Amino acid sequence: MFEILEKKKLSEQIIEMVIRAERIAAHAEPGQFIILRTDEEAERIPLTIADFDREKGTVTIVFQIVGAATLRLSRMEPGDAVQDFTGPLGNPSDFIYEDPEELKKKKIVFIGGGVGTAPVYPQAKWFFEHGIRTDVIIGARTRDLIMYEDKMREVAEVHIATDDGTYGFHGNTCDMLKELLRQGKTFDKCVAIGPTIMMKFVCLLTKELGIPTVVSMNPIMVDGTGMCGACRLTVDGKVRFACVDGPEFDGHLVNFDEVMKRMRIYKTEEGRAYLREQEGATHHGGCGNCSEKDG
Amino acid sequence: MEWNMLERVPVSEQEPAVRAANFEEVCLGYTEEEAVLEASRCLTCKNPMCVKGCPVGIDIPSFIREVKARDYRKAGDVIALASSLPAVCGRVCPQETQCEGKCIRGIKGDPVAIGKLERFVADRNREDGYFSENTAEKNGKRVAVVGSGPSGLTAAGDLARLGYDVTIFEALHKPGGVLSYGIPEFRLPKERVVDREIDNVRKLGVKIECDVVVGKTVSIDELIEKEHFDAVFIGSGAGLPRFMGIPGENANQVFSANEFLTRSNLMKGYLPDSDTPLPRGKRVVVVGGGHVAMDAARTALRLGAETHIVYRRSMTELPARQEEVHHAEEEGIIFDLLQNPTKILTDENGNVTGIEIIKMELGEPDESGRRSPVEIPGSEYEIECDMVIMALGTSPNPLIAATTKGLETNRRKCLVINEETGQTSRAGIYAGGDAVTGAATVILAMGAGKLAAAGIHKALSEV
Repeated sequence: MFEILEKKKLSEQIIEMVIRAERIAAHAEPGQFIILRTDEEAERIPLTIADFDREKGTVTIVFQIVGAATLRLSRMEPGDAVQDFTGPLGNPSDFIYEDPEELKKKKIVFIGGGVGTAPVYPQAKWFFEHGIRTDVIIGARTRDLIMYEDKMREVAEVHIATDDGTYGFHGNTCDMLKELLRQGKTFDKCVAIGPTIMMKFVCLLTKELGIPTVVSMNPIMVDGTGMCGACRLTVDGKVRFACVDGPEFDGHLVNFDEVMKRMRIYKTEEGRAYLREQEGATHHGGCGNCSEKDG
Repeated sequence: MEWNMLERVPVSEQEPAVRAANFEEVCLGYTEEEAVLEASRCLTCKNPMCVKGCPVGIDIPSFIREVKARDYRKAGDVIALASSLPAVCGRVCPQETQCEGKCIRGIKGDPVAIGKLERFVADRNREDGYFSENTAEKNGKRVAVVGSGPSGLTAAGDLARLGYDVTIFEALHKPGGVLSYGIPEFRLPKERVVDREIDNVRKLGVKIECDVVVGKTVSIDELIEKEHFDAVFIGSGAGLPRFMGIPGENANQVFSANEFLTRSNLMKGYLPDSDTPLPRGKRVVVVGGGHVAMDAARTALRLGAETHIVYRRSMTELPARQEEVHHAEEEGIIFDLLQNPTKILTDENGNVTGIEIIKMELGEPDESGRRSPVEIPGSEYEIECDMVIMALGTSPNPLIAATTKGLETNRRKCLVINEETGQTSRAGIYAGGDAVTGAATVILAMGAGKLAAAGIHKALSEV
């Protein structure tokens, strides 16, 4: 069992938790993820690590309530414990193996979209701790969904963008990037983490601009250790597993359209499980719209 | 009872038509009277060939003698000297090529049903609440076991009985390895059989820590240097699924057998109220002919699909056990033999709509001695289907070799060991099971766990 030490609501549907997990905290690096299960019956949920503290032995996660399992997790409080918490899974970001002196010569821009902003933080923090200040674009649909702004300002130069213009720059993350370039900034490398559709469009833009771009993929997973292949995707024409070959890939080589098709596999089942969790069995309303008997 | 001594006592099974729609165990096992009668067929050979055929060397004539005498506890004690998982082995071992394959009775008539008798003893002991917890005095030495599948559980059980302080590290949230995530409920019940045998290993003092991915959460070197284990046994299995590399393979509803079975068995996706979804197909094509292909096909069938097995060789080359092929046929699985997929067809949303198949014929024998299948040009046709399951075998996870200095592997990414001691290229680190051999059987992995436990005991006794 892994104790929840802190819980914070970042927006209506987004929650941050700090979990005690000494072994994982001791080994975690930017770019890696964990898998958790709230209880004996629950699904395995993969979440990219949002922060870790080796001394305190803690790992921070940020999640959006999207299905039955995350809804159950959102109802847990400090003092409660999740049944399973395993990791750190996947590979660390490539830069941690590079010479910081070489990295200092490069200009790096991070793009975090929605809940994907959280996993940008340990990466931007890593650069900050190595004496490198990066630019971070935080994008969301609207002001209430902007997260990690204060934390991020401590370690990087932050640019906020909202689709509806309620806060910061009026436009999406691609527009924000173009605006920064227009202001005369230059970038040698981009790291984009967020919804698949955002990563796709960032990559289309940066490819055109000739800025190498890394993306962090979060496809459907089961075990997260290379055993099932649910998370497979095509990168540069080859089949790769996000869990053991990633989760970070060269975004200009990822087949995003295939990824997005694969992510829709369980939309109906997930919705059903979510409703079952929220409303008990009441959604079996006998409306006749459900085609499957066991739904 | 009218009965011919040359034939084995038949065992009851669920009717095919009934079991094809449920996940209850297919084989119901012997009753006490049936078991004693079958035991009476054993000739108690002075030089028992059956024992030579058993990878863990169970003293088969002795345990059967105790069954004849109706002393099932003593029978259980005899088996426990050699095996920690009798209820599992009695169900999933390929006895026909091992102990029973060597039985003298088999020369003229049916061999003694050793597997069914082992299962009877194990089930009887469980119902009785009987388990021999005898272990040697604690010797103060610590052994870490990586993986809680058949090889890890066996090594741990043997070492605990010898007095070692053993901790098993399991990557998933539940122990058992392939016994939990791979083999379906209808062949190997989880709560009644697997969980109970794992509890028995715990009763010997073995600790099991789940959610520890060795190589990620902690490294083997850390286990030795920081956590002070005197030896490590690696039984991490062969978990990486293979795909064919044909067009359309990343389509929605194309699964590796590992994913399909893990969703069903480990995550309980076959139950209607499971959080983890398990899609139900209308017509499912399973590609492959091994144990795992049979398990995946029979699971898909039970979830309501018309199920086909597409295999590139013929019936006689099917690597799965006869019993499983027979059960699959009885349940209504359609075998499309001497056929091989060439592409998976999809609609505009990336969902499977069918599979293109080419017919094969058998040509010259290949290096495995089996006649290799050759494509018949122009024989392509399509099977309309909404799900495809690839059961093409698995290979070892490279994680441990990649994160442990000085561990030698071969070109198939399997760990290299000394065949007599189970030791890897590094002193103090041992390995066995699928991590060494590539995908094989439960009992061979157990044999390897046993051999390594003896190797560890010998090395640590000399210190």
